[in-house]
Amino acid sequence: MRRFLLRRTLWFALTLWAVITVSFFLMRSVRGGPFSSERSLHPAVEANLEARYHLDWPLWKQYLHYLGPLNLDEQGATWLGGSGEDLWGGVLTGELGPSFKYRDFTVNEIIAQSLPISLALGSVALLWAVLVGGSTGILSSLRPGGRLDLGLRLFATAGVALPNFVIAGALILLFGFQLELLPVAGWGSFSHLVLPGIALGAPFAAYISRLTRTGMLEALAQDHVRTARAKGLPEHLVLSRHTLRGALLPVVSYLGPAAAGILTGSLVIERIFAIPGTGSHFVNSALNRDYTLSMGVTILYTTLVYGLNFLVDLTYTLLDPRIRLEEA
Amino acid sequence: MRPSWDFGLGPGRLEALWNESAEVRGESPGQLAWKHVKASRAMRACLLLLALVGLTSLFAPLLPLPSPMALALETEPRPPRLFGSGQAWSAADYWELNPLDEKLLALRAKLFGEWQTPAWMGTDAKGRDMLARIVWGSRTSILVALAATLCSLLVGVSYGATAGYFGGRVDNWMMRVVDVLYSIPFIFLVIFLISVLNEYRSELSRLGVGPMTVFYVVIGLVYWLTMARVVRGQVLALRESEFIQAARAQGASFARILGVHLIPNTLSVVIVYLTLTVPSVMLFEAFLSFLGLGVAPPKVSWGLLAAESIEAINPIHTFWWLVVWPAAAMGSTLLALNVLGDGLRDALDPRHGKSNR
Repeated sequence: MRRFLLRRTLWFALTLWAVITVSFFLMRSVRGGPFSSERSLHPAVEANLEARYHLDWPLWKQYLHYLGPLNLDEQGATWLGGSGEDLWGGVLTGELGPSFKYRDFTVNEIIAQSLPISLALGSVALLWAVLVGGSTGILSSLRPGGRLDLGLRLFATAGVALPNFVIAGALILLFGFQLELLPVAGWGSFSHLVLPGIALGAPFAAYISRLTRTGMLEALAQDHVRTARAKGLPEHLVLSRHTLRGALLPVVSYLGPAAAGILTGSLVIERIFAIPGTGSHFVNSALNRDYTLSMGVTILYTTLVYGLNFLVDLTYTLLDPRIRLEEA
Repeated sequence: MRPSWDFGLGPGRLEALWNESAEVRGESPGQLAWKHVKASRAMRACLLLLALVGLTSLFAPLLPLPSPMALALETEPRPPRLFGSGQAWSAADYWELNPLDEKLLALRAKLFGEWQTPAWMGTDAKGRDMLARIVWGSRTSILVALAATLCSLLVGVSYGATAGYFGGRVDNWMMRVVDVLYSIPFIFLVIFLISVLNEYRSELSRLGVGPMTVFYVVIGLVYWLTMARVVRGQVLALRESEFIQAARAQGASFARILGVHLIPNTLSVVIVYLTLTVPSVMLFEAFLSFLGLGVAPPKVSWGLLAAESIEAINPIHTFWWLVVWPAAAMGSTLLALNVLGDGLRDALDPRHGKSNR
């Protein structure tokens, strides 16, 4: 167990370092710098801007400053020639630097404002996906080949195939404009979460439904289920105690990718529903050449997804003791 | 070569066995796949739909559709109408065509003259025919999907086959890398990469690399992971089998064993994952175009049409034909590809059902 944790952490550090390094050098290799535009700035202004963002430093110094953990600017450690007010800085200490476009904000501040929104949306979507996907999967496994099963499977296939923005469009037309039940855009109350949450979770609900159905069918065919039935256990106990746990294993292992997918999908959904989350900031930053912000979000989401996958692997061993982590 | 000794089986018995074995025919993955497609009505329907989509997109310039590019600035989109004459068209309504498309367009002028269909699916806000835009948009979407899938195929198969062939420590490391890459949210990196590469448009196009090529390669490089895993599993199972040992004993090189003996034997699984990669790449293209990072106007793709359709949704008056048709085209194609892929996977992939990757 300890070896597993150690190895995972090591790989994580390596991955994160690779992501940071590659994106840093890509970002700095962009010709002209982030402030070049059609309207040329006064040279003094440009020099000032570059000095503020340390673009006048040699590249290796910029890189070390960005990576951390030592702060290399004038407030850094005294033995580096700074004033010693602020010793630490950079990504390793969790500071993602100033934003190039929103000049009064650091990337951390922007993320702190927007991440709770994205996480709320993501959790609603994931919860919805697991509840609906799981229950429809169980329902359709009870009578495989039946009418309910066929209908649900058709829905599930459609849900997997359709892009979430198409689903979002349909939902907006139906619930927003035809029935006028729910707000179609914006942020503030719980009702603003419903439509985007459904649209975001739909493909994952569909996939989870399929996984649950297959898992249930496989689990129901096991010998111990027959024994449980033979000794006269009521059906609901057979299902809840003897099959569900085994059937849900694939679903649990899918939760990692699903969470990653939901985070990604929220890029589009946040844009459609005008939700001020991290996803829409990320897309804007990519379009606006705000490289520090897009890099910061990339690093953040890599960490999040990696962490989620890690948690999923741990949960997996709790559900199925036969799986040993050393092999994973 | 028939043995002369009858192995003590008695008269006629060897003859019978020999004839029986001569009648046993192996089935190539292609034949197996075809058999499964033929057996299921849903899969036949899907294949038919895909063939239709493929043919119309390939021969789009030949069809008597209005130009998907020429603007006719109007105040608002016009609803679909079945009858009425479309205006005359001219070759000046089309631009940036490749030589083959120009030939097709000339052929169309001979076949249909100046006639073109009325706006069966309505027109968009800039007066362009929706049906034409959907058909021409399918060309971009399909091209991106196929090219990117090909990229992922090349990388995934060679990576997976190498890992599987060497086995042991090499395999362990190579697959650990895949595991790590699996847990990175690639789309963020891809978007970041595309936004950086956009800065180099002029340099890249001087090198002969268009923005679309960048796009395929970047997508392709993301989608090879599953393919690598699947191929590696197959190769790992195959590499100890007798025919590989025989090839090795005869001194066949690594490249020959891999290319001639191992990879062809993984094809059935590769086909399955190809049919599943194509829709996910299409979805990804749509996703990027939707965000404004993929296909740029005047080119049109299904993702771009979907993006326009979302913009067209508003509380005052929604032009339903802008929303419904692109969604239907994309949805039905993706659905068909998924159904086909799933069906083939159930039929061809021996490992499926146990692990749900």
